[in-house]
Amino acid sequence: MTDQAGTDLTREDPAALREYYRQMALIRAFELRAAEMYTRARIGGYCHLNLGEEATVVGLTAALRDEDYLFATYREHGYALARGADPGRVMAELFGRADGLSRGRGGSMHLFDPKIRLMGGYGIVGGQIPLATGAAFALAYRGGPAPDASAVMCLLGDATTNIGAFHESLNLAALWRLPVVYVIVNNQLGMGTPVEAAAAEPELWKRGCSYRMPGQRVDGNDVLAVRDAARAALDRARVEHQPTLLEAVSYRLRGHSVVDPARYRTAEDTERLRREDPLPAFRSRLISAGILAEENAAQIDAEADKAVAAAVDFADASPAPDVATLFDHVYATPAASVYRGLSGDPVSGGGPA
Amino acid sequence: MTVISYRQALHDTLRAELQRDENVFLIGEEIGVFEGSYKITAGLLAEFGPRRVRDTPICEEGFTGVAIGAAMMGLRPVVEIMTINFSLLAIDQIVNNAAKLRSLSGGQVSVPLVIRTPGGGGQQLSATHSQNLEVFYAHVPGLKVVAPATCADAKGLLTAAIRDDDPVLVLENLALYNTKGEVPDGEHVAEIGRAAVLKPGRDVTIVGYSRAAVIALDVARRLEDDGISAEVIDLRSLRPLDRDTVCASVRKTSRAVIVEDDWLSYGTGAELAATIQEGAFDYLDAPVRRVAAAEVPLPYAKPLELAALPDARAITRVIRESLGGTDA
Repeated sequence: MTDQAGTDLTREDPAALREYYRQMALIRAFELRAAEMYTRARIGGYCHLNLGEEATVVGLTAALRDEDYLFATYREHGYALARGADPGRVMAELFGRADGLSRGRGGSMHLFDPKIRLMGGYGIVGGQIPLATGAAFALAYRGGPAPDASAVMCLLGDATTNIGAFHESLNLAALWRLPVVYVIVNNQLGMGTPVEAAAAEPELWKRGCSYRMPGQRVDGNDVLAVRDAARAALDRARVEHQPTLLEAVSYRLRGHSVVDPARYRTAEDTERLRREDPLPAFRSRLISAGILAEENAAQIDAEADKAVAAAVDFADASPAPDVATLFDHVYATPAASVYRGLSGDPVSGGGPA
Repeated sequence: MTVISYRQALHDTLRAELQRDENVFLIGEEIGVFEGSYKITAGLLAEFGPRRVRDTPICEEGFTGVAIGAAMMGLRPVVEIMTINFSLLAIDQIVNNAAKLRSLSGGQVSVPLVIRTPGGGGQQLSATHSQNLEVFYAHVPGLKVVAPATCADAKGLLTAAIRDDDPVLVLENLALYNTKGEVPDGEHVAEIGRAAVLKPGRDVTIVGYSRAAVIALDVARRLEDDGISAEVIDLRSLRPLDRDTVCASVRKTSRAVIVEDDWLSYGTGAELAATIQEGAFDYLDAPVRRVAAAEVPLPYAKPLELAALPDARAITRVIRESLGGTDA
């Protein structure tokens, strides 16, 4: 049976489909709550949400194996959750607490959990692209192509395809045949600038052609299409050490960050958003295909809300980082980074006695 | 001890570390087939192959970032940036990633990276190719910056940098590559963050690093003939900065002259002058003096270039002024 979205659901494992829905619902609930917590000043700094990108997030992470590495952007809460990070520790990082994923050092834009091979969110646009390329270099340095080899996935936004580091990285990855998949998460806006106003080639995946890199554009609102394209690209990375440039097109439901009212959007845009919202669309697909009963869906939604409430409780209960740890984690080896010219600074040569 | 050149000391160290640790690899522009712009990597591609000695296209941001990413995975990349001037193309990767990943990740990520790069003027390369940008990097917590002045330190500090778990920028100097000196045989690892007293003295402390330390030592030796006993400190490391050694020396001599090849404003001299007045104020018999490069983009024409850079004559004059004497 092929439904209106074009994917044959009968060939899918129903449990996996329900799991995708569960993850998408969790991300939606988490991000809505994060927005609320931000407006209540429980979260500081910048806060960029994955609202509207849930199908892309879950499709991509579903394609990853445990042994693969993920480099994300600053819009990465959902990826951390879908990769298996504890929602409480993600929320604790947003709250700036000691139990946060990055111990309160990174905040919303810098979620790190190398144990699940989440190699960071990156606050500088495109800063992660050379790093992901380097991680793939390290994989190739240590081992050749193989069906069970690890690969690297590197996320980037649509506007990031205009920076130099993107092009330098793609050139190196293609030149050196590195096991990496670059994924343009095209939400059609770089802050408030439409793709067409920023990119001379607005079909962004075609930018890989300059590097003879295979690529493809997929519907980012279709979790299965995203997963299948990512899986094929990851296989190419593993088995052929052939990098790929994927483009998943979706649309973010809110502004660039929580504080952005997105006034640059037209009423027409907003209406389209509501129609194309991937979460209710996937929910309806599963229900009409008989894979998910209405009550099950409602139960998954309720459990997502419950998990997010528990995450907020956990974050609330987590202590603020002890100021005595201010100088921790700056260097691996002891280094005199603690001198501030204050009396009592532990450098005998400087500072008043 | 064996007498070899600064260039040879760097080369031999890279070779020894490549032999010692499979995780060490070299990456940069023209380091393989071309054997390096300054021939530090001569012969290494032939010996270790393209996996360990990786030529890159011209893309400083790209290959520096690649090295940082490889370091996150546990490799020990040694990046050659052809000159420190070109590091500006990679500064986002160095400052925002290499320096910060450990901190941003709450200690979960290490970046055992080395960036080797020569700086300095005096070769008639004019304004864009003659800069001393090391203080840009020494300003940044999370980075270490070392600057060997001697052949022994070229070996000891580069070895230490490669074995260090933090990102270390190793500042080389175009004018030092052909200098010769004694280098310890066998294993020699210097301590990063420790200054060296190159020459003990009683009357005045002269502080410098890299080429400036070499000139300062030369000046100090000549002043001995005039009965002036100058103590010369080679900083060796700009971050961490060995404030203790500098202040201890000034407490003994009561006078300080800081020599730097860099522009004056916001430089090492400014940092050390502040450190000295904090750590040795009551011991000072004269204002701390600085000898630095003229604050101009370094011109091409030789007389202009020479006029802009600090030299032995300028250093000597300032030392005599500090001691209350007049121009020599």
